[in-house]
Amino acid sequence: MTAAIIVFPGSNRERDMRLALEASFGRAPVMVWHRETALPDVDLIVVPGGFSYGDYLRSGAMAAHSPIMREVKARAEAGVHVLGVCNGFQVLCETGLLPGALMRNASLKFICRDVHLRVERADTAFTGGYQKGDVMRVPVAHHDGNYFADTATLDRLEGEGQVAVRYCAPDGAITDAANPNGSQRSIAGVYNDRFNVLGMMPHPEDATHALLGGLGGKPLFDGMAGALKELKGAAA
Amino acid sequence: MKAKVHVTLKSGVLDPQGKAVGHALASLGFDGVGDVRQGKYIEIDLNDTDAGTARARVEDMCQKLLANTVIENYHVDIEG
Amino acid sequence: MDGISPDIVAEHGLTSEEYDKILEILGRAPNLTELGVFSVMWSEHCSYKSSKKWLKTLPTTGPQVICGPGENAGIVDIGDGLAVVFKMESHNHPSFIEPYQGAATGVGGILRDVFTMGARPVANMNALRFGSPDHPKTRHLVSGVVAGIGGYGNCVGVPTVGGECNFHSSYDGNILVNAMTVGIAEKDRIFYSAATGAGNPVVYVGSKTGRDGIHGATMASAEFNEDSEEKRPTVQVGDPFTEKLLIEACLELMATDAIVAIQDMGAAGLTSSSFEMASKGGVGVELDLDRVPAREENMTAYEFLLSESQERMLMVLRPGAEDTARAIFDKWELDFAVVGHLTDTGRMVIKMNGDVAADLPIDPLALASPEYDRPWTPSPKLAEVTSDSVPAPDDPLAALETLMGSPDLCSRRWIWEQYDHLVMGDTVQRPGGDAGVIRVQRPNGEVTNKGLAITTDVTPRYCFADPEEGAKQAVVEAWRNLTAVGALPLAITDNMNFGNPERPQIMGQFVGAVAGIRAACDALNFPVVSGNVSLYNETAGEAILPTPAIGAVGLLERFDGSVGIALPGDGYALVLVGETRGHLGQSLYLREIAGREEGAPPPVDLAVEKRTGDFIRHAIADKLIAACHDLSDGGLLVALAEMALAGDTGAVLEDVNGKIAQHAWLFGEDQGRYLVAVRDAGALVSAAQAAGIPAQKIGETGGKELILQGSSLALDALRSAHEGWFPGYMAAG
Repeated sequence: MTAAIIVFPGSNRERDMRLALEASFGRAPVMVWHRETALPDVDLIVVPGGFSYGDYLRSGAMAAHSPIMREVKARAEAGVHVLGVCNGFQVLCETGLLPGALMRNASLKFICRDVHLRVERADTAFTGGYQKGDVMRVPVAHHDGNYFADTATLDRLEGEGQVAVRYCAPDGAITDAANPNGSQRSIAGVYNDRFNVLGMMPHPEDATHALLGGLGGKPLFDGMAGALKELKGAAA
Repeated sequence: MKAKVHVTLKSGVLDPQGKAVGHALASLGFDGVGDVRQGKYIEIDLNDTDAGTARARVEDMCQKLLANTVIENYHVDIEG
Repeated sequence: MDGISPDIVAEHGLTSEEYDKILEILGRAPNLTELGVFSVMWSEHCSYKSSKKWLKTLPTTGPQVICGPGENAGIVDIGDGLAVVFKMESHNHPSFIEPYQGAATGVGGILRDVFTMGARPVANMNALRFGSPDHPKTRHLVSGVVAGIGGYGNCVGVPTVGGECNFHSSYDGNILVNAMTVGIAEKDRIFYSAATGAGNPVVYVGSKTGRDGIHGATMASAEFNEDSEEKRPTVQVGDPFTEKLLIEACLELMATDAIVAIQDMGAAGLTSSSFEMASKGGVGVELDLDRVPAREENMTAYEFLLSESQERMLMVLRPGAEDTARAIFDKWELDFAVVGHLTDTGRMVIKMNGDVAADLPIDPLALASPEYDRPWTPSPKLAEVTSDSVPAPDDPLAALETLMGSPDLCSRRWIWEQYDHLVMGDTVQRPGGDAGVIRVQRPNGEVTNKGLAITTDVTPRYCFADPEEGAKQAVVEAWRNLTAVGALPLAITDNMNFGNPERPQIMGQFVGAVAGIRAACDALNFPVVSGNVSLYNETAGEAILPTPAIGAVGLLERFDGSVGIALPGDGYALVLVGETRGHLGQSLYLREIAGREEGAPPPVDLAVEKRTGDFIRHAIADKLIAACHDLSDGGLLVALAEMALAGDTGAVLEDVNGKIAQHAWLFGEDQGRYLVAVRDAGALVSAAQAAGIPAQKIGETGGKELILQGSSLALDALRSAHEGWFPGYMAAG
């Protein structure tokens, strides 16, 4: 499988993502500069973390209008899998590929710490490495991670099973204390309605090595590698 | 011409920054402060000569970039 | 522009003797632009005129040193063709005036010092000193400084892996913000600032120039007074996004052979960068200010030369390399302009609107840079505080709980959770331990097996009580902190924060501190490779505590060989390594529990430090040690409590103390000690004894409380005291 990582001016977790993908996919992802207008043939497109365009206006707002995002959108609509992490999640929301918006953390402060996430479903191409209800420990590092959508949208997301991961206590309980940023209904990540696009605020890529943040995020990458390989085999 | 754009959070969207400002004002002893909402103010110099066209262009800018209409409203004033 | 009045000279911070020297060098009166250049180049900040004489006495060499002080940052060999590049620098005055931007631009400036040399910045640290928590400005300053450091470092994507923070009333009107950056360079691709080759193009890159911070460098060397609030417009505003682009663009260009010399525009901007480059290379330089990218209209030559707009660099390129360079900066959407060329005239000639705005001889100006031997008086030695003069607590564990919840010992989580300490994915030991540890990556991002340990240390109350012993202690504590994670200490950067050097007792503190650093660095083979001096840290005649902050870097041949402070679980033995005498003078127990700030600080025995640290490092490498913590503020019981909280594991302390009063044993701050958790206490103790180092088993790990002679303290209670103070304090505003 091949993955591509989109690099914007101000991206800063593209290397973390590259290392995580390389370890699970067995090959280096293609790094694609935001001014490109075409993407190579890839199985996964990743929009990484960072501060694209300094997050100056709104997090992800300007990156969403980069030339490459038109192509990312077209590929996503054609069914290619797209993962957005942190700033990447913000970009995907701004692009309209995912519902909702990421607002300033309720504490108003940047937050960098480990959180626990409950996996809400394990039957997507992203979460095959987990069981439903599994709890993973991964870090967050953001200023604008407070997930917002109107009530009707939230109800629809929950009804359609589009909530991917929620902030939780170590035992999986959804509590206010475990919600680091004020996100509505403790939502840490969502899918689009076709389940080929996932956006999440926490950084699974920074939890893929036992001594460097632990292995909480490793099954996500291993699971993606397995699922995308299977999809590719089925298509061929 | 000059466009003056105010971008504010929609009513109903929680505004933690506004809330913090309101709290700070109260603790500074300003009585009678109700709801505080904060937003952005953007000035744009334009080459347009017609106010109507200028407004239409700036509203398009708001829709496409300056505001996130999932959470924000905008208000455009054209001067000059 | 004729007619420089004595008032104008004084406003530029120059003495009449210094002005006479200017007349002598030029053989004429300077114009205002030229006077501005002199004032900046001869400011304390740029010339080190009060401190130079003493700084020269510091050890700066060693087999590991590639480049010592005098360049943008120090460079040390770490093997496999790699070098670590680091420096610490103060941004004290700007941070007091506008804490967010002052701290943010401090981080930006130190990052540029490091990537200018060809290194990719891989870690940031900081050392912060604030006034008393009761002072009305403290909360606002803490909040702004922490947000500013985070706002800048998080955006550029360099992890902030640790630091330190103290509160003391001497900093009420004069906080200290010292920022450190560590970078990694390929040893054969290091870039220096010496410009060579008459005719070579001089290129300006980065942000446009505005009127930011005009005379910031002279402001940074002037004592604060009531008017300081009025100086707000001179504070620069940082743009971390542009800095991030500048890092990537510079590193991309550095992979080619286009660059002859490069220098960031820090304090004093275009003046000092072009001047220093020409001076070091022994060439002349001609600049055309009409070509400098400007953000504001109608700027004068004076303003162009003295602007401190951030995120700008000056480079000398090889002839014909302009197009290669321009293409890279275009890609990163940064300004790029050829603004002049080198000459063989030995002069700095500045042109604007076709006129010569300044024409100064470079060597005479540099050679005539003032150097003062300021009068100084040695700091008087204070008497020892004996333990029998210090009341013992009714309940040592209650005293521990108080100490762990005090401003200087409580958890700094509130601070470091606002810093992205994980970006780059290489963080091995996170903030909260003895030293931050990262896995080493090559500048191109490739992973290696090496690790770097980084720490910043100084105990200002020790330095006030005895500048020489205190500065010695700062160096050895840094060395111990690197040792305690298993790293081999390599070298230090010193950030000397002091009061007004024109006062003999302040100058005496400085002289004493330099002597202490020198002694410790010599004994530990731990040279000074870079540094920064910040003087005049006074408000209305009240000086700060002398604060020679030490930033230090150590090497782990394998990053997986580091240990942390967290107790690893039940059933480990606790061994105290090093000798305990029960020194309570200047201890936090004395201050926080007995309410006294008195006495001589704990003495440092450099030979013992070396022997003990070398033993610990080898024991870690031999896998004998599962967790390790150096003993410092608060002594033995505080160290144990920190280890217990980090590992969420309790401990039972044995009653092994014989001849020392119990409170001195538990809370004394004797140096040269480590507390370690081991599987086999007997093996470690006998190995230590064989090496001539005192060591004894003092307890065992287990449970969820600390138990001492029948009384106990639950970890949950201890944790809420320890974690509670900072957020509680900040929320109370």
